[in-house]
Amino acid sequence: MPLIPPIARIIARHLLRGPLTMKGAPDPDPAGLMELGDSLGDLSRARLGRSLAIRAVDAGSCNGCELEIHAVNNPVYDLERFGIRFVASPRHADVLLVTGPVAWNMAEALRRTYDATPNPRWVVAMGDCGRDGGCFAGSYAVAGGVSAIVPVDLHIPGCPPTPTALLSGLLALLQRVDGR
Amino acid sequence: MMGNITLMEFLSAGREVAGHKPWPRFQLDARTWRKLAEQMTVSNWEIMAEWGEPAEVHVLLRGEDSGAIAVASHPCPDGKFFALGQARPSAIRLERAIRDLWGLVPEGLEDQRPWLEHGRWGVKHPLGKPREAEAKATTYRFHTAEGDGLHQIPVGPVHAGVIEPGHFRFHCQGETVVRLEQRLGYVHKGIAGLTAGKPLHDAGRIVARVSGDATVAYSLAFARAVEAALGLEPPPRAVWLRALMAECERIANHLFDIGAICNDAAFSIMLSHLGALRETVLRANAACFGHRLLMDQIIPGGVARDLPDDGPSILHHARHAVKKGFHRAMQLYDETPSLLDRTTGTGFLSGALAHRFAAGGFVGRASSRGQDARRNPGYPPYEDLTFTVPVMSDGDVHARLMIRAEEIKASLSLIEQILAAMQPGPIATPVALRGAGEGVAVVESFRGDVVVWVRVSEAGKIVRLHAHDPSWFQWPLLEAAIEGNIVADFPLCNKSFNCSYSGQDS
Repeated sequence: MPLIPPIARIIARHLLRGPLTMKGAPDPDPAGLMELGDSLGDLSRARLGRSLAIRAVDAGSCNGCELEIHAVNNPVYDLERFGIRFVASPRHADVLLVTGPVAWNMAEALRRTYDATPNPRWVVAMGDCGRDGGCFAGSYAVAGGVSAIVPVDLHIPGCPPTPTALLSGLLALLQRVDGR
Repeated sequence: MMGNITLMEFLSAGREVAGHKPWPRFQLDARTWRKLAEQMTVSNWEIMAEWGEPAEVHVLLRGEDSGAIAVASHPCPDGKFFALGQARPSAIRLERAIRDLWGLVPEGLEDQRPWLEHGRWGVKHPLGKPREAEAKATTYRFHTAEGDGLHQIPVGPVHAGVIEPGHFRFHCQGETVVRLEQRLGYVHKGIAGLTAGKPLHDAGRIVARVSGDATVAYSLAFARAVEAALGLEPPPRAVWLRALMAECERIANHLFDIGAICNDAAFSIMLSHLGALRETVLRANAACFGHRLLMDQIIPGGVARDLPDDGPSILHHARHAVKKGFHRAMQLYDETPSLLDRTTGTGFLSGALAHRFAAGGFVGRASSRGQDARRNPGYPPYEDLTFTVPVMSDGDVHARLMIRAEEIKASLSLIEQILAAMQPGPIATPVALRGAGEGVAVVESFRGDVVVWVRVSEAGKIVRLHAHDPSWFQWPLLEAAIEGNIVADFPLCNKSFNCSYSGQDS
C-alpha cells in the first residue's frame, strides 16, 4: 500500500488544479460551452425551479446517440451542474429524450412511457433518425420518426448530435417552453 | 464418417460456388447438410454466423484447429432446413431469427418460438415470401423455474439507465437468480432488407449504424467484404488509417466500459475519471477525422479523408494523456479492496461455454478463448504490428475488466506504431466494377468478431447483405454467467459483457 492512496491523489489533483470542466478544451469556442451552460441554467430555474428531469428512451437507435448522452454526463460537459439530470422513471421526468427511428417492436413501449410521464411534459427527438427515421426510413420494421408515435416538441439534429449540440438543443427547448 | 475429417475435406463434398472471396462457399444438398449437423456434435468447428435468403440458408464456419474458414450453403426451395441449433446451442437464436425473417423452418429445433418477430410488423417473413398479417403483439412464453419461494422479476424493455431496450425475466429465490431469460429484438430495424438493392454508398451508411459503438469495425468489415467481392485493393495509407481509427474506437469503448462497470459497483469516481479520458479520445477523433465516433470514415476502396497536418501530434498528445490517466485509474482500481470484492468471482463464465459458443472479444478472452480476428484469420496491417492478445481463465467480471485494461495498453502501443509506420500516399482506390461477386469479411471490433457478407451486382449495387454482431454469441452466455449471483449484481455482470442490443437485433 503506498503512503498516499491513489484516490487521495486523484482528488487532491482536482482540488489543486480545478475541475476538468473549466480547463481549456480543444474546442473552437471554449467559452461557448460555459455561456450555453449559464443561459440554460437561468432559464430552467425560471421555468421549472431548479431542475429539469430527463428520461432517455431508446426507441430503436443504433446506440450512437446513447454514447453522446453518456458524454454529456461526463465531467467535461457535466450536465448536472445546470440542474438538468437523467432520471430512472418516466414518472419523475419533465422531458422524454427519445433516440432512434421508432422500431415497431418499441412503439408500444414508447407510447406507454409517454403516458406514464406527468404533465407538463416535453418530448425531444434526438438525432437524424428521430426526425424521420433517417437511413432506416422505409423498413418494414420501422414506424418512422418519433413523431409517428408521440407528439414531438423539438428535434436535435446530428448523427449523432455532439454533446454541445445536445446542450444547445435543450436550451432551445427551454426558450420554446417559455414562449408558450 | 465421424473420423477426424477437416472442415475443408468435409465441405468439398458440396459444389463450390464461383466468385466467393476470399474464402470459398460450398452448396450442400439436404443429405450433406444433415451430415454437417451430425458433424457439429463431434467436431470443434465453430459457427461464426448463420443467415438466410428466400430459399437458401448460409452458415460461416471455422475449423478451429486448421483456422480454415468457409461458407456452407443449403438451398431449401421447400422452405425448411435441418437445424444446426440442436447440436450447437449458439445457433438456436440465429435459426429462430431465420424463421422470422425468411420463413425458413429450422427442422428439429426444440425452441420454435419467434425471436426477432414480436408480431408488430404487419407482415410475416418480410425477407422471404412476405405475407400481410395483422400487427398484434404476440404472447411470449418464457421458460419457467419451479420450486418453493421462487418469484419472477420482469425488467424492461425500457430500463432505468441510459441503456438500449431489451427484456429480462428473472426467476429468483430470495436475492439469488435461479434463471435469467432474455427477450430481445426490440430495436430490430430490418437492416438486411434495407440494404438490398441499395448503391454501395447508401448501404455503407446503414451498415455503419448496425451498432453505433462499433461503427468503425462495421464500416471496415463492409468495405473489406465489398473489396473482396470486387477484387479491389485499398492503398497502403488507407490501410494504416483504418487501423488507426479501429484502435481509437477500441480505446474509447474500453475506457467507458471499465468506468461503467465500476460505477455499477457504486464506485463512480472511476466513471468520471475514465469518462474524461474517453472524451480526450473522442475530441482527438473529431479533430483528426471530423467525427467523434468516426462514423462513415471507412469506405469501400479506402477512407473518406486523410489526417490533417497536425493529426499525428494531436493523436500523440491524446495517447500520452490517456496513458497517464489510465495508469492512475488502474492504480485506484487495484488498490480499492471494496471494489475488487464486487468484481472478483462475480458472473463466472466457464471456458467450456465460451468455446462452445465461440464467444469473441473480452467475453471469450476472459474465459480462456484467445481468439482475435486481427490475428486469426488476420488482416492488414496487423501482421506488421506487434501486439499481444491478453487471455485469462478466471471468467469473472474482474477478468473481463482486466482484459479490457490490457487491450487499452496494447491499442495505445499500436497507435504509436501505426503513426511511426505510416507513409504519405493516396487514401482511396476508385471503385471499379468488374462484374458481380460475393465477399465476406471478419473484423475485430472492441466487442469481438464482426462479420459482414455481401453479394454485389454487376451494376455495383448490393443484392444481399448480412451483418453479424458478436453479441449473438455473448448474450446467451450472460444468462449462464448470472446464474447463482444476486439480482443486485446483474447490472455489474451485464455491463461487464456489454452486449449490443442494436447489433443483435439489427
